[in-house]
Amino acid sequence: MSATAEAMAQAISPRAAAFSPIGDAVIDCQLQKVFYGDFLAVRNSHVPIEKGKITGFIGPSGCGKSTVLRSLNRMNDLIPSFRFEGHVKYHGQDVYGKTVDPVVVRRYIGMVFQQPNPFSMSIYDNVAFGLRLNRYKGDVEERVQKALERAALWKEVKDKLNKSGLSLSGGQQQRLCIARAIATEPDVLLMDEPCSALDPIATRQVEQLMLELKERYTVALVTHNMQQATRVADTTAFFGVDISQGGRTGYLVEMGETRQIFEDPQEELTKQYVSGEFS
Amino acid sequence: MAVNPFQHADSASRVSGPPSGGDYLADSIFRIIALSCAALIVVLILYILWEIGGLALPAMAQHGLSFVSGTTWNVGTQEFGVLPEIWGTLYSSFLALILGGTFGVGIAIFLTQDFIHARLAAVFRTIVELLAAIPSVVYGLWGIYVVIPMLRPVADWLHSELGFIPIFGTELSGPGMAPAALVLAIMILPTVAAITVDAFRRIPYKVKEAAYGMGTTRWEAILKVMLPTASSGILAALVLGFGRALGETMALAMLIGNSNQINLSLFAPANTLASLLASSFPEAGQIEVQALMYAAVVLLLITLIVNIVGLGIQQYTVRKFEGKA
Repeated sequence: MSATAEAMAQAISPRAAAFSPIGDAVIDCQLQKVFYGDFLAVRNSHVPIEKGKITGFIGPSGCGKSTVLRSLNRMNDLIPSFRFEGHVKYHGQDVYGKTVDPVVVRRYIGMVFQQPNPFSMSIYDNVAFGLRLNRYKGDVEERVQKALERAALWKEVKDKLNKSGLSLSGGQQQRLCIARAIATEPDVLLMDEPCSALDPIATRQVEQLMLELKERYTVALVTHNMQQATRVADTTAFFGVDISQGGRTGYLVEMGETRQIFEDPQEELTKQYVSGEFS
Repeated sequence: MAVNPFQHADSASRVSGPPSGGDYLADSIFRIIALSCAALIVVLILYILWEIGGLALPAMAQHGLSFVSGTTWNVGTQEFGVLPEIWGTLYSSFLALILGGTFGVGIAIFLTQDFIHARLAAVFRTIVELLAAIPSVVYGLWGIYVVIPMLRPVADWLHSELGFIPIFGTELSGPGMAPAALVLAIMILPTVAAITVDAFRRIPYKVKEAAYGMGTTRWEAILKVMLPTASSGILAALVLGFGRALGETMALAMLIGNSNQINLSLFAPANTLASLLASSFPEAGQIEVQALMYAAVVLLLITLIVNIVGLGIQQYTVRKFEGKA
């Protein structure tokens, strides 16, 4: 970590040491300010995403955890008033660099959303979408099957691949979206509260899936459910809301190994949050 | 008034109680009104069919199916055939649908897919919808005085250079298929555009997010995701536009040339069923009126078939793409 980054991290959280992962950080997000128009949504947060691990983002609503996640693959660029200050180093390159096309970023950093959002086309076409988009020359059929198997959906849909993706149940749709995202084998998978629209059984399946996914991919996961973070995340980043300046600005309070965050939090705010004093 | 089995609960709550007899009466009255409104429409359609069918009956009995396959309309010899009109109706509507449909969908994409600011898009949309407010006869006049003269040099060039292609096979003598189809395309444009805009607007934001999240460029998102998602709505727009084109009367009567012939050429005059009806009725005798009524029945049937087939295709796409039964 550079000296300035260290100093900055110290300035935000004087007591807790800035988190540096043991392994390689595939994404190094050094966020200074994120605005929506004039509204300062998130400030000063250094969030490294470690390779081959699941990094969980937790925090109360409005703390900017989704905003930070969506900044990593420039999904927020869809919002015209969005402005990002800082940098997100991905394999050493800033994804906010002047010459970088956000489309390219999103092809390497895949995303699964809060609401299942399959395209209104067949199950097969949904999963093959990314392969066709990238003009994949190999065996599309085989890749589709593999992706559906990894998403633990193959057995349920193998006889109805021509049916619309929207004909599936909510949990199945979400696993279809995961299959669609991993079919192209993206380097990193961002998951923005992927279980919030799912029932407990489907949630269990998706969590199981995440644990299997981390063997091949790096996963960053936003969750409003602390138990979920303890179940699946290796590293946890806790975000808080600062209302002292009149607005509601999110910032990284503490980041560390999941067990440390939940059992031995260094910050008072983290302690209150993980013990359920506020949510 | 319904029995209230929970009367003993009155002692517990002083506010809750069963609906009054008046409430139930209002319910039934409202249901009857709604039902009769719906029934009235069905009755009206059946009545119109009955009346026109009745008037057309003598002609139907006399000419039978040869009316549909015949190619001459001669009051003197009492020969009545509407094949050229059927051809003209379908051909002009088809051409208008291709032109108006392409532009209508294009305008809808332009207005809904973040090409311009939302407020400017609303202004544009109003302007496009204003096209629907222009009376048919004004379109006809505009066609005669503006479109035909404008078309003439283009048509002459196409005919002389590419005359070997059947669709450019004749010279443009004035009114004809090309100006009629062109004006017809403009007339169905607002219908197609407005309904397609609504179809695109109905697409949830999360679909757009999903598309960009997969790393699509803007055009890939529009062509590969937004268009298939809106396809059932776009089909509905095209069916309605085609239906409008089939029945359009005044502008076509002024522009198509009212000539009973079947010709692939865009520049040849032709005729449509609606314009045949409009231009022949004022001077028709009893026998011809019966034949015209028969022609009206044919037009009604064509419109009906087009709408049913269109609805069928639309239902199919809804099932196929959206997975709804």
